[in-house]
Amino acid sequence: MKKMIFAASCALALIAGGAQAQERDLRIAFDVPYEPFEYKDENGELTGFEVELAEAMCEEMNANCEFVIQAWDGMIPGLLARKFDLIMSSMSITPERAERVLFSEPYYNTPGGWFGPESFNSDVTDMDAMEGKTVGVQRGTTMDTYVTENMGGIVNIKRYTTADDMVLDLEGQRLDVVFVDYPVGEQTVLTKEGFKEVGEPVKLGQGVGVAMRQRDTELAEEVNAALRTLKEDGTYDTIMQKYFAYDIKM
Amino acid sequence: MPDFIAEWLNQNEIFTAMTIMEYWDGMVTTVHLVFLSLVIGLLVAVPLAILRTVRNPFVSGPVWLYTYLFRGTPLLIQLYIIYYGLAQIEGIQETFWWEIFREPFYPALLAFTLNTAAYTTEIIRGAIISTPNGEIEAAKAYGMNWFMRMRRIVLPSAARRAVQAYSNEVIFMLHASAIASVVTIVDLTGAARNIYSRFYAPFDAFIFVALCYMALTFILVFAFRKLETHLLKHQRPVNG
Repeated sequence: MKKMIFAASCALALIAGGAQAQERDLRIAFDVPYEPFEYKDENGELTGFEVELAEAMCEEMNANCEFVIQAWDGMIPGLLARKFDLIMSSMSITPERAERVLFSEPYYNTPGGWFGPESFNSDVTDMDAMEGKTVGVQRGTTMDTYVTENMGGIVNIKRYTTADDMVLDLEGQRLDVVFVDYPVGEQTVLTKEGFKEVGEPVKLGQGVGVAMRQRDTELAEEVNAALRTLKEDGTYDTIMQKYFAYDIKM
Repeated sequence: MPDFIAEWLNQNEIFTAMTIMEYWDGMVTTVHLVFLSLVIGLLVAVPLAILRTVRNPFVSGPVWLYTYLFRGTPLLIQLYIIYYGLAQIEGIQETFWWEIFREPFYPALLAFTLNTAAYTTEIIRGAIISTPNGEIEAAKAYGMNWFMRMRRIVLPSAARRAVQAYSNEVIFMLHASAIASVVTIVDLTGAARNIYSRFYAPFDAFIFVALCYMALTFILVFAFRKLETHLLKHQRPVNG
């Protein structure tokens, strides 16, 4: 009997060991800083809403995750070149992107927000008032597409790689107003003196999803399942409430 | 237009008439920016190079410091300092300077001009100090004063010696101008970045822009070869 128990526990240990070895390695890319979604805290540790969500997702998927920092410009090429396996860096789902990458179900959606100096008092939806104004956007974002399609030729559009550079030019008065992801504007523009929200937030796009290579359909199913569990068991809400005073759940 | 080109243009999603126009506007901006900075840079560099060869350290010292600073730091950093630094100066927004420096074009032009002038100064200075002593002695024997010696003997022969090194500087400047896109200027590289971010096709967007830069470089190389043959005519064998 003792022998049998020993043999069984050996077998169990082997199976467990096997399972341990099978734990898959995943590399997840973020573009920092993009507060409050992903940024480095005062100790230099990577943190933020998406980082914590990624950690919870990895635990749920029983995966061994490594976080990679990648500039926005090289996100999709880096994914396709297998530098990492997942992008969880506030990438909005768009038809153009969906041709290159495979998206999970959306996991959040935030509106675009208009921010400008206290002295700005034009109505951003009034095209006559906006004519000739200089508007800053981040290149290739859904905000860029919105401004290009709806206000191209009316306003002067300046495109930036990072939100920081754009806010610097807003402070330097090179820009009249910026149109940026609402939480980002809230963290970077509204924290500075002399700036305010200058228009109603605009709902854009189909939300943000995890991006993967097109062939990784199995991985996508696992990611979707993990995200669904997190949304249902309250983990998602706990993380969201840490960073946002309003609902961005999708 | 040949049919196969028309067909190819119809089939692909990236090279439409609209994006080609964006590339064209970008090329105009690049040429405009590089041409202006090179011309102003050269005009500034000639007197600076002469001052740099003067024996009095109070005259040549500041020029040395200027070329040392601008050749010793990356152009990208110089551009950042000028573009973002100017906007931080207290009250500049109320002065007429802001009319000029509000747009990204002029800070970039200033940075590029200062940078290329520093390199060109050193190129011309090298050519001036390598003037054969005999030529200067002969000029002195003819009773030419310093100004006439510079104008008639030193600068023309220095220009011949400098032209090859200067052609490299011109080509480097064209390529270095690609960083103008980081301060929101839509030059060739800026156009490529915008188109890339719209279609997520980095190869198509950037290979096309690389070809544009190559075409511009070929034009420059060709023009400088013509100029060199013209300036160095006297060095060719008689029956060559």
